[in-house]
Amino acid sequence: MVEPAHLAARRQHPDRRWWRPDWTARVALIPALIITIVCFYGFIVWTFIISLTRSRLLPVYNFTGFDQYARLFANERWWTSMQNLAIHGCLFIGGCVVIGYGLAILIDRGVRGEGLFRTMFMMPLSMSFIVTGVIWQWVMNPTLGLQEAVRDLGWVTFEFNWIVRQDRSIYTLAIAGIWQQVGLCMALFLAGLRNVDPNIWKASRVDGIPVWRVYLHIITPMMRTVFFTVFILMSAIVMKAFDLVVALTGGGPGFSSDLPARFVVDHILNRQELGMGAAGAFVLLCTVLAVISPYIYFELRKARGAH
Amino acid sequence: MNGVELRGVTKAYSGLAVMKDINLEIEDGAFLVLLGPSGCGKSTLLNMIAGLEPVTGGEIHIAGRDMTKLEPDERDIAMVFQSYALYPTMSVRKNIGFGLKMRGMARPDIERRVSEIGELLQITPLLDRKPSQLSGGQQQRVAIGRALVRDPVVFLFDEPLSNLDAKLRADMRVELKRLHERLGRTIVYVTHDQIEAMTLATRVVVLEQGRIQQNDTPENVYRRPANRFVASFVGAPTMNFLDGKLVRDGDAVLFDTGAGCLPVAGLPDHAAHLLDRPVTLGARPEHLVFDDAGCAAKVLLAEPTGPDQYVRVAVAGAEVTARTGPEQVFRSGASVSILADGARISVFDPDSGQAIL
Amino acid sequence: MRLNRVALYGLLIVAAFMLMAPVLIMISTSLKPMSEIRGGSIFALPTDPTFAAWGKAWFGDCTQAVGDVCQGLSSSFMTSVRIVIPALILSVGLGSVTGYALAAWRVPGANLLFAALLVGMFIPPQVTLYPLIILVRELGLFGSISGLVLVHVIWGVAFTTMMFRNFFKTVPQDLLKAARIDGAGFWPLFWYVMLPLSLPILGVAMILQFTYIWNDFLLGLTFGGRSGQPMTVALNNLVGSQFGEKEYNVDMAATMLTALPTLAVYLLSGRLFVRGIAAGAVKG
Repeated sequence: MVEPAHLAARRQHPDRRWWRPDWTARVALIPALIITIVCFYGFIVWTFIISLTRSRLLPVYNFTGFDQYARLFANERWWTSMQNLAIHGCLFIGGCVVIGYGLAILIDRGVRGEGLFRTMFMMPLSMSFIVTGVIWQWVMNPTLGLQEAVRDLGWVTFEFNWIVRQDRSIYTLAIAGIWQQVGLCMALFLAGLRNVDPNIWKASRVDGIPVWRVYLHIITPMMRTVFFTVFILMSAIVMKAFDLVVALTGGGPGFSSDLPARFVVDHILNRQELGMGAAGAFVLLCTVLAVISPYIYFELRKARGAH
Repeated sequence: MNGVELRGVTKAYSGLAVMKDINLEIEDGAFLVLLGPSGCGKSTLLNMIAGLEPVTGGEIHIAGRDMTKLEPDERDIAMVFQSYALYPTMSVRKNIGFGLKMRGMARPDIERRVSEIGELLQITPLLDRKPSQLSGGQQQRVAIGRALVRDPVVFLFDEPLSNLDAKLRADMRVELKRLHERLGRTIVYVTHDQIEAMTLATRVVVLEQGRIQQNDTPENVYRRPANRFVASFVGAPTMNFLDGKLVRDGDAVLFDTGAGCLPVAGLPDHAAHLLDRPVTLGARPEHLVFDDAGCAAKVLLAEPTGPDQYVRVAVAGAEVTARTGPEQVFRSGASVSILADGARISVFDPDSGQAIL
Repeated sequence: MRLNRVALYGLLIVAAFMLMAPVLIMISTSLKPMSEIRGGSIFALPTDPTFAAWGKAWFGDCTQAVGDVCQGLSSSFMTSVRIVIPALILSVGLGSVTGYALAAWRVPGANLLFAALLVGMFIPPQVTLYPLIILVRELGLFGSISGLVLVHVIWGVAFTTMMFRNFFKTVPQDLLKAARIDGAGFWPLFWYVMLPLSLPILGVAMILQFTYIWNDFLLGLTFGGRSGQPMTVALNNLVGSQFGEKEYNVDMAATMLTALPTLAVYLLSGRLFVRGIAAGAVKG
């Protein structure tokens, strides 16, 4: 073929450019790299260092070894908050999983207006923990709230004053928390249910297995990874829980509904106990890492597999 | 001038060598097919020529210049992918023009080039559609158009027809061949499909385990395979292999497997040194002839394919497949008489697998 | 079978009612005058709906003003808007470029950086809170909108990066190769090929980041100071520190006002939110 003139003229080779595009890729990663190294891991180390010092209002760098940890573990409020974390964690995660899975199954049965139900179930999710806390504080108001409303209906001995009771206030956190997050669990479970091979349903119908048995013995075991994911996500939410306590109970009455995340912020920002707050933060971090490490391992194996 | 040359190219992934000392000269205007089973390294080799994968060692020269360290867009090449790899968010027009735009060509020039290519490939009515609105064959045309529009010195094709159905594949094969004849540009084409290799190539390179097994014309790759691997990979049904000795029996030559004999008619004189030593005989189905001068064999199964039929027979203690015309009827268990065409068979060294005839 | 369906719908409706009730109570309370709240049940609908409490929550109640504190949520609403817009654009922008660089380019240590970011997403903010305070203070941004934007970007980038990286990993390698051969470098490949592909995920990331930033409390509380109070912090102050009798109708109106932007985004975005929440759920 005869080369057209305008193409022949073009046929000269450029010299190698001095700048390679993958260098640009490296440069583009610098902000994220700095944030990761400095603001995530560097700051964790910094907090750890502070936790080894006598720091109160401002960081001072005279080291006292693990004294702050000793003080922390001798602190009654810390133990209350850790105990509360355990109670709240079990109730909140358990409630979210059970109710969320239940709702997902109900929707999965093929109902009309599925979108409407889903929208309603997930609506609390779009609201902040502060909003959630304030709403529930009002609903559970002992003089004008739910208790009074039910008594007005005629059940005069009805009691629902947990929010002002030392021994019950921690349970109110779980109620408000579940209300807010159950939609997320429902969505995750529903996504899992929709991924189930439809042939399983056909096969079980041919075999005449009742629907509840299919869910119990076949579908639920298949949803292992979804349960796992939900558990991890809800754990992460529990450990960070700060806003909800502040808005709902303020940690009270007394410190009866305090949580570690609030303990830490309180000691760092208000109580001029920087060293102990840092120690608490570090203990909190270790708890988080202990819970999420299997998940991270999973995710990274998946990420590597995607290559 | 506008060929490709690979000098001692090697590739290793974390110490594991996948390409071992590849030396290959591709002439200007050649249609070179890299043929091999999946995992043989042919796509890696193509990606290295394209500059998409860095080489571990060696040099790659394109159009006489060392391009080993250059970026893909600095090499004056174009590539067509198995998955077409069209930009899903761009119209066909934009897809074809994208490379020109990236090279800073003025918009009216791009428009003109794109419509020329549209005419050439008869896709003008499709120019304003999105790739998702096209059929597989149309998408592949656009992908070819995207390569053509840049008018590179070398075209690289990575299994471009594998995602098409059989009929479309045959049509596109014809079209690619015409395109090559018309443009006269160098093409490097990767496939695992031997039909594509046979029909398209002016030169076939058979790869296996990161090594070049044979680099020859398609005819020679079929007729004179360099070793047992090439012999068995090329050709369907596959070549029959028999272990034994060639022995003289009066005027005739027999192949003695130890469990029986197969007459070999018309063995060339220069094969005399192969007599009386252990060898592997390679006979394609069409090299086995039903002839009364042959030796006794038993029909196991006949498979008519339409134009031909393949007959599975037991002979000399082995099972072989012979090709013959569709007229004769073979019943299972029938006795026949068969011989090998000595002018066309291959003989391999049983230890190294290399062809010795 | 028929009975089952009835039970199914019954359960769903009960669940929906229980989940919606607090929201409805919030709205109905905010429309009642205080006398009606004192006298009646929280379930009772307002007999005489009034937006007075809304006005008070929005503009403030100057009859009870102490010093210059004669402001409702309107000023903190503006603060939240001024935080959320730049923080949203910067965190999504940075996350998309970072995710793209990690997914589409050969960068040594890319997987390590991604792993580090993924873990970082789970770090409770309390752990790095104090060093972050010092950083922001040293930059002279403490108590300013810019300071809050900065910390939101720092905290958001791990999440947005993860979303984009995971999406861009699903883009076929051949497409990237084709673009390289066509001569698209880092930015053209991003701008002309990858970004148009990622529009749905971009929408998801924007919606979720908007929700997270708007709903944030801890960072606003810590870094906002007096002048940079976002709406959540202002709401908490309003509810927590009223003089005299607690005005629950004003509290609920203020709560509704605070929740309204994210609620509106949720209702308008529909499926996009649902899709994103599953992908981005890891951020609590």
